[in-house]
Amino acid sequence: MSNEVLRIGMVCPYAWDSPGGVRSHVADLAFELRARGHYVDILAPVDDPSLLVHGEVTNGGKPVAIRYNGSVARLNFGLRATRQVRKWIQDNDFDLVHVHEPMAPGLSLLTLWVADGPIVSTWHSSMPRSRVLASMNRIVQTAMEKVSGRIAVSEDARQTLVKHLGGDAVLIPNGVRVKAFQAGERHPQFDGSVPSLLFFGRLEESRKGLSVFLDAVPAIIAKVPDVQIFIAGPGDVEEISKGLSESILARLIFLGRLTEEEKIQALHSADVYVAPNTGGESFGIVLIEAMAAGTAVLASDLPAFTRVLDGGVAGAMFKNGDSEDLAVQAIALLGDPERRNALQACGVQRVMRFDWEHVVEDVLAVYESVTVSGDRVTEDLRGQIIGRLSTGIPGLR
Amino acid sequence: MNWTWVAITLVVVALIGWYLSTTAGRLDRLHRRIETATFALDAQLLRRSSIAIELSVAGVLDPASSEVLAETAHDARLATDASLQVRVAIESALSEVLIQALDDPEEVALLRADPSMADLMDELSAAIRRVELSRRFLNDAVLACLRIRDNYFVKWFHLAGHTPLPQAWEMQDRTPEGLTYLGA
Repeated sequence: MSNEVLRIGMVCPYAWDSPGGVRSHVADLAFELRARGHYVDILAPVDDPSLLVHGEVTNGGKPVAIRYNGSVARLNFGLRATRQVRKWIQDNDFDLVHVHEPMAPGLSLLTLWVADGPIVSTWHSSMPRSRVLASMNRIVQTAMEKVSGRIAVSEDARQTLVKHLGGDAVLIPNGVRVKAFQAGERHPQFDGSVPSLLFFGRLEESRKGLSVFLDAVPAIIAKVPDVQIFIAGPGDVEEISKGLSESILARLIFLGRLTEEEKIQALHSADVYVAPNTGGESFGIVLIEAMAAGTAVLASDLPAFTRVLDGGVAGAMFKNGDSEDLAVQAIALLGDPERRNALQACGVQRVMRFDWEHVVEDVLAVYESVTVSGDRVTEDLRGQIIGRLSTGIPGLR
Repeated sequence: MNWTWVAITLVVVALIGWYLSTTAGRLDRLHRRIETATFALDAQLLRRSSIAIELSVAGVLDPASSEVLAETAHDARLATDASLQVRVAIESALSEVLIQALDDPEEVALLRADPSMADLMDELSAAIRRVELSRRFLNDAVLACLRIRDNYFVKWFHLAGHTPLPQAWEMQDRTPEGLTYLGA
């Protein structure tokens, strides 16, 4: 049964050409599934089709920016998008579809709306307070009921789902290609002789916590004057630099947006990776990548991070939002290479369970559970006036 | 009586009709989901008991474990037509025996030194994991279905037809300590 080749339709609700956790999870999962011989077609919004490699994804249309779950997300909705999804379901004879982040008002939710048959969904983010979920209306409920197999990537994501929908979900963590992170060169901008700290994330996005980190920098410089602080991620450097003193700016090095390879290099070069995120994280994939690369981690004590770091065994933690505590912990780590080595050793062990080898086996087990009856994915016309009309009028397709 | 009232009545009737028809559709879909999920769970349970029987006769476990495992696995094998309560009790018993028999990761690691045993252990842990997944998916569908069937409209208009009330499977399906993934 498990040796059968599956035709899988995968839906990512966030723009394919901007980086993000869900997007890279979808890309990696599709890569791993294809490597095992399965057919995967990804439907995702695309901003600029000219940047796509041919056949990489099925273009689900241009997304629009809306505020969603605490940050600005680029999503698709409306009649045109619905028609696009319907056509995708019609054109591909899928064994199953796998939608990611099904509550996000985009292609995933639309897929649930127009498709019928074996459907798997993965919940990525945790949403402690969500007006959408709290006032979940009948139509959204109906769409959610179509999911035969629910996956949550973390305990937080699972709790969000249980709280708002009832029922349960199976826990399958995000995968990390551990091997890819294990080997790496030194990043050219790092000078191995001075202590270094590293931050990743969109600069202006407040929940990534760059401001918490920057507030800690003066105290860190006071104790470790030669420290270099590397800040990687897209954003307006001038905006961030405004109001920072010369002495601080002299220790900061902005790397801009990194390619995957540069990211691995940066992780291999830094002494400590700092994750000052203040919320909205349900998993902390970068933490796992850092551990896989053998970098000591210092993270805020968000519940998700605490779980990934095994309560502080596999990485150091500071009080969320507390710059003073961050500075104290960072100074201690920079001055204690033995502790850093111990954390690295724990971290490398810890990440093995997040390796794609294990993760993909579990996902395939879920697929097997929902496809065992041999049903296929078809168009759902129940309660869909436009769907029924457009099937009757070929010109509308 | 004037046309306004006729129009209002028509709209109300149409709304009720829409509500009933979509609810019936949701129920129908959930009933099908439950059917599929039951089928999947059934297949996985069968697979698990078959592998358990194989393990019990492989001569690698201690005699006490082999004997108990053989008996509970055979019971499970034959229980496919039993009532839900009986089936759940028997399958839970098999889970408990497996949990007890394969409770030591180090011993299991030793067993796995033999390649044919390693394959059998992998198959067993895959089957156990699949039972767990399938049961959870089934219970999800059952809960969603029960929620809708609790609605007065559904009861008054017999929207569920003759389909009996679905029941959740409450059974032990924990993975034995010795079979959990390295480090997991």
